[in-house]
Amino acid sequence: MSLLDLFKRRGSAPVARERLQVLLAYERRNRSQPDLVSVLREEIMAVIARHVQIDQDYLQVSMDRGETMSTLEIDIQIPNKSARPLAMSA
Amino acid sequence: MGKVVVVTSGKGGVGKTTSTAALGAAVARTGKKVALVDFDVGLRNLDLIMGAERRVVFDLVNVIQGTAKLSQALIRDKRVETLFLLPASQTRDKDALTEEGVGEVIDKLRSVFDYVFCDSPAGIERGAQLAMRFADEAVIVTNPEVSSVRDSDRIIGLLDARTVKAERGEQIAKHVLVTRYDAARAARGEMLSIDDVLEILSTPLLGIIPESQDVLKASNLGSPVTLSDPTNSAARAYIEAAKRLEGEDLPVVVPFERKGFLDRLFGRRAA
Repeated sequence: MSLLDLFKRRGSAPVARERLQVLLAYERRNRSQPDLVSVLREEIMAVIARHVQIDQDYLQVSMDRGETMSTLEIDIQIPNKSARPLAMSA
Repeated sequence: MGKVVVVTSGKGGVGKTTSTAALGAAVARTGKKVALVDFDVGLRNLDLIMGAERRVVFDLVNVIQGTAKLSQALIRDKRVETLFLLPASQTRDKDALTEEGVGEVIDKLRSVFDYVFCDSPAGIERGAQLAMRFADEAVIVTNPEVSSVRDSDRIIGLLDARTVKAERGEQIAKHVLVTRYDAARAARGEMLSIDDVLEILSTPLLGIIPESQDVLKASNLGSPVTLSDPTNSAARAYIEAAKRLEGEDLPVVVPFERKGFLDRLFGRRAA
């Protein structure tokens, strides 16, 4: 940091600019096709649903889209009794 | 049973979304459970004003169509524990909202939250009518300017005719919230006065929010102005308005600008 930065007042506009850039980059991509995080979410859910009955009440999905990295968090409570063994091929 | 409050105006750009965020956050800060619902399907912005735009997974339309549970679509605020957001859909068309679906969602929210704030889209079409449909109270956001006051009058007419409460023959409680009030311009006679606005609309006043740089700053940061800096004049006005909404009897003080030397010297009146 240079001495000059100390005197340069940083307003809130740069924050607004950055937030909009991240959001619009995602929304523009999304107009033609769903984004990777949403695709992953749906496919992961489909895989889990093949093996256990997912109770929507015990499912929380959260995302955080960042500029360089996004996070996807899927929190599922699986009751032991509803877990079916994998189907065996005959 | 929680109270459902629609924040509406008719005219666009007067501060509905800003006011929804600021009032909702002010009420939630006192420990009440508050849900903010964005009804502007196709053009959502409450998520951006709340700083939750990166965290939207599901939305109001998903809940109405049954692809997501209400609990999954509600986004908890990172600053205030008791504050939640239900975003509008960005992509789907506005016909995705049905009266029955909206009614069910509002009923569920009402049973869990102390306050449900519905952020209405601009206009008087379907979206705006659905936002007000199940409301117990209405905050009519008005700028002290002719077209805004005229549109507010139209909205007041709709509130008295098209809400469930009105159809049952009950009164929907209405409050006018004057935003972007510039005391200096009002003093110079360039802006409708608060008395003019209230006389024309004959509706009680909830508060006067002064024109303030801090409102823009809060939007830039993605924080309701009542959370980002609760001490500035706009935030204080919103916090007081929120208290009145909760039934507290607080007098409204009209912000005034001390007349400057030049103003007094040339004390002119605008047409």
